[in-house]
Amino acid sequence: MAVVVSLALMVTDQRLHHLESVRSVLSVVLYPLHFIVDLPQSASLWLSETLASRSRLQEENQQLKKENLLLQVEQQKLAALEAENMRLRDLLDSSFKIGDRILIAELIAVDLDPYRQQVVINKGSSSGVYEGQPVLDANAVMGQVTHINRFTATVLLISDARHALPVQVNRNGLRTLAVGTGRINELELPHLPNNADIEEGDLLVTSGLGGRFPPGYPVAEVISVSREPGQPFARVDARPMAHLERTREAMLVWTLQPLETLENLTPSAGAETTEPHPEPTQEQQP
Amino acid sequence: MTLSPRRGGLIIALSILLSLLLTVLPLPEWVRIYRPQWYTLVLIYWTMATPQRVGVGIGWLTGIIVDVITGTLLGQHALALSLIAFITLKMHQRLRLFPLWQQSLTVLVLLLIEKLLQLWVMGAVGQPAPPLLFWAPPLVGMLLWPWLFIILRDLRRRFQVS
Repeated sequence: MAVVVSLALMVTDQRLHHLESVRSVLSVVLYPLHFIVDLPQSASLWLSETLASRSRLQEENQQLKKENLLLQVEQQKLAALEAENMRLRDLLDSSFKIGDRILIAELIAVDLDPYRQQVVINKGSSSGVYEGQPVLDANAVMGQVTHINRFTATVLLISDARHALPVQVNRNGLRTLAVGTGRINELELPHLPNNADIEEGDLLVTSGLGGRFPPGYPVAEVISVSREPGQPFARVDARPMAHLERTREAMLVWTLQPLETLENLTPSAGAETTEPHPEPTQEQQP
Repeated sequence: MTLSPRRGGLIIALSILLSLLLTVLPLPEWVRIYRPQWYTLVLIYWTMATPQRVGVGIGWLTGIIVDVITGTLLGQHALALSLIAFITLKMHQRLRLFPLWQQSLTVLVLLLIEKLLQLWVMGAVGQPAPPLLFWAPPLVGMLLWPWLFIILRDLRRRFQVS
């Protein structure tokens, strides 16, 4: 009996999405478990913040001011560039993202299945988080939200073996997919032919073609390209720019541009992502 | 201490809860893969000691909870744990008579079966094959069994759970 029920559950969970509500109800009930486990770490963090010495705080403050100044200088340039970009796009009659809304979430210190690349964050549907939402850290794309409940959400990292992300090479706009390998510091670009124009050190950014991630965010850096004459595809490895294993904060992004306009603009978008990929593209819900 | 049968249930529930906490407790990266299957060990003990109370149903429920808190496919652990509970239920009378080391070996086999079922599920849904260290937790679990057994047995006698 139990075996049959479990098998049925697994199949439904894998293929359909009806069980999302069951899972979210259960995880609300089990939220105290995660909370208790996280308690020592959050308590020690709180203590170290509360008991910090004055001189250390001053030092930190000074450093942050310096950093802020530098960032503001760059921001000035950015504003001008963005305005120019908008104007040029106006001339070309194509729209561009207006901007993104961002919410900062903290990672909850719990260990999940060691063979999946997932983390839990402390913002849930009560903060407006939705399924499939992009998650970034300070440097680059981290992953996307897969399960939500009222107080927490589970994020599938881009390095999970079941995650694929449409990217393009920043240098020349070459589009491809970055597929996770299951190792936290490695991504694969499996569908590039041997003569593709890609080099070590190339920056990969999101292309926005999947419709989930906003375009233009950095994802990874190419670390090795090996072309074997006998093989149809080149072997390209990349390292995620996000500190997936170290970060403690994550940013949830709401893209302000509605999805439909993006699809209207690029009707070939769907075809583009599915074209070179034998397996289902995008990401599969676990 | 004299207790009503309800209180005994509390002890069982608390020990399972504790094992679930240990399952999601953050550990350094290099120890993580050696984390024993606490919930399976506790489940085996209670099924063996109190087969009239803990069985396939409790095993299935624990499995579902493990699935939710560790973010695996819903039903993956439930399947494995209900099977483990079933096997333990079938042989609980023999298991009780075994000396401790022989019990540990049996537990090792049970833990390996659980891992094997997990591996099948992972293979069926297309996750990549895990490294060889995937099989380390059952060994750790086997080494921990005598201690866990003694602790839980003392708890059971102290609170007269039956």
